[in-house]
Amino acid sequence: MYKILEKRALSDNVKFMNIKAPLVAKKAKPGQFIILRIDETGERIPLTIADYDRKNGSITIIFMEVGKTTKQLGAMSEGESILNFAGPLGIPSEIKKYGTVVCIGGGVGIAPLYPIVRALKNAGNRVISILGAKSTDLLMLEDEIQKYSDSLLIATDDGSKGRKGFVSDVLQNIIDEGTELDIAWVIGPVIMMKVVSDLTCKYDLKTIVSLNPIMVDGTGMCGGCRVTVGDETKFACVDGPEFDGHKVDFKNLMLRNRRFVKEEKHACKLAGVDV
Amino acid sequence: MAVKKEKYPMPEQDPKKRINNFDEVPLGYGEETAIAEAKRCLQCKNSPCMEGCPVNIDIPNFIKEIAKGDFDKGVEILKNKTNLPAVCGRVCPYEEQCEGKCTLLKIGEPVGIGRLERFLADYARKKGEKVPKETNSTGKKVAVVGSGPAGLTCAGDLAKMGYDVVVLEAFHAPGGVLMYGIPEFRLPKEIVKSEVEYIEKLGVEICYDVIVGKTIDVKELLDEYDAVFIGTGAGLPRFLNIPGENLAGIYSANEFLTRVNMMKAYKFPNYDTPIEIGKKVATFGAGNVAMDCARTALRLGAEKSYIIYRRSEKEMPARNEEIEHAKEEGIIFKLLTNPKRFISDDNGSVKQFECVEMKLGEPDESGRRRPLPIEDSEFKIDIDIALIAIGQNPNPLIPKTVDSLELGKLGNIKVDEKGETNIPGLFAGGDIATGAATVILSMGAGKRAAKAIDNYLSEE
Repeated sequence: MYKILEKRALSDNVKFMNIKAPLVAKKAKPGQFIILRIDETGERIPLTIADYDRKNGSITIIFMEVGKTTKQLGAMSEGESILNFAGPLGIPSEIKKYGTVVCIGGGVGIAPLYPIVRALKNAGNRVISILGAKSTDLLMLEDEIQKYSDSLLIATDDGSKGRKGFVSDVLQNIIDEGTELDIAWVIGPVIMMKVVSDLTCKYDLKTIVSLNPIMVDGTGMCGGCRVTVGDETKFACVDGPEFDGHKVDFKNLMLRNRRFVKEEKHACKLAGVDV
Repeated sequence: MAVKKEKYPMPEQDPKKRINNFDEVPLGYGEETAIAEAKRCLQCKNSPCMEGCPVNIDIPNFIKEIAKGDFDKGVEILKNKTNLPAVCGRVCPYEEQCEGKCTLLKIGEPVGIGRLERFLADYARKKGEKVPKETNSTGKKVAVVGSGPAGLTCAGDLAKMGYDVVVLEAFHAPGGVLMYGIPEFRLPKEIVKSEVEYIEKLGVEICYDVIVGKTIDVKELLDEYDAVFIGTGAGLPRFLNIPGENLAGIYSANEFLTRVNMMKAYKFPNYDTPIEIGKKVATFGAGNVAMDCARTALRLGAEKSYIIYRRSEKEMPARNEEIEHAKEEGIIFKLLTNPKRFISDDNGSVKQFECVEMKLGEPDESGRRRPLPIEDSEFKIDIDIALIAIGQNPNPLIPKTVDSLELGKLGNIKVDEKGETNIPGLFAGGDIATGAATVILSMGAGKRAAKAIDNYLSEE
């Protein structure tokens, strides 16, 4: 059993949890994820690691309540325990000195971006961070990311903070201003990662995206998370979750992510939760 | 008295009924039938049946005890060699092993050794398992990676020899392929659970959610334990590598079976893991796993469940019993049919596949006649779901993360005949070493490795 040490609501449907999992915390690195199962009848869902504390033996997850399992998880309290929590899974981000790195996070994707920003900064990079959200109250980890960024730019859909528009507009801006960039890290909704990858492709700017497809085991056994990257089929769980954004077939990913929409709605209805 | 030429039949669930439930298909012998079947055994002096058994069970003697009606003694003899008799008594390919060597084959059907093994195991389980006396502890610790048939067998044998054994399992449940792969109607999960409980009673500790290679490295295990056994199986699914294979609605057999068996998607929404099934399901491949997929699809409500195979019935790798059960249940066999591409509907889901008719040519390197496409014979079949069951490769997670570990061509871990790798103290066995094979061969490998680990640690 894995105890919830701390829980906070970051917004109506985004929750922060710190979970005791010493073995996972000992090994976790930026870019990796965990798989959890709440109880005996639960499904296994992957969540990217938002932070880790080796001394305390804990892992931070930040998640949006989008289906039955995340709703149920979001309703749990401090002191309660989760039945299964396995990881760290996936290949860690390749952290080294690149020069100037632009780190782009959208919505709940800002959470897994945070440890990457921190590690890139500590590796001696100049870090420009661009965060996007629907509105200012949905923006998360601003102070934390600010701390490890040379500059932080913000875009909101409604203009309630920073620039009104999308992270891709902000990126276009800094490219137009003549900022020399060596690599981009993009984590957020699939459509955002696609739009940003399309943009950076034009400028031949290497772009890393982090994919979160449907998974079962997370160890390369089921192939449910397969994604098309260039001409190859890759398993996001063991070959990723990070891939070259210029090669990912985002359309295929979006279609595969909709595989169980009908069943998910049915489960939510029966559980009496809205999504 | 002349020996009866045929096996006493084992009652089975009616095919029309069973395609609507996940209950076990064969129902097992009752006491009287078991005794009668046991009496068919000739008790040959040279025991040819034992040569066919990968774990060396003393077959004639356990059968003799059944014939006498002393089932407890029979159980004792059985458990002396196998820690998982209820599993073996259901999924072993007896016809190629023990029963394949039976003297009675000269006049008719062999003794139903598998059925008798199952009878004893079920008898013991219902009665409550006796745990062997505690052995003196050797004071040495062994880590076993993976709780499938190889790992459980190795762990159980080592515990009986007095070792402290910890099994590290990546999933949240034990059993490996016994739990995620083989369906409920062939191997009820309650039976797997009780066989695992028996192994725990022997003193084995199982830790879940530990992914060796990620959560902890093999090197750390070698530092902490006196020896390590790797039995992580053949977990990497193969795909057809034809266009359209990543469309929605196309699953590997592993994903489909794991969702249904381990995650209990057949009980959705009481269990949270979903599965979509549609009306028409095609399973590609003709091994035991393919039969499991096609038959599971029927039970989930498919109206048409096809087996698509590029060779003919004679070459199908599945056991005869599985093929017969599939036929009885109405599985449609499209043989000499090779898929070429999957075709998408407007939403990115599979709606059809194109295939080509095949004919058999000269034998290939596998000794089977090579299938060759017949020109201009392409046609399409409408489907809602496709299941790819054409085999698995060894799971690369551990081979990839251990420096200097010698690997074979398939990415399997290289071992000698005892199960020892090139790294001292590191042993491996089962599908991770051989590539995908059978439960009993994995158990045999686990057994040999346990003996080799004992020798290795006794010499130190």
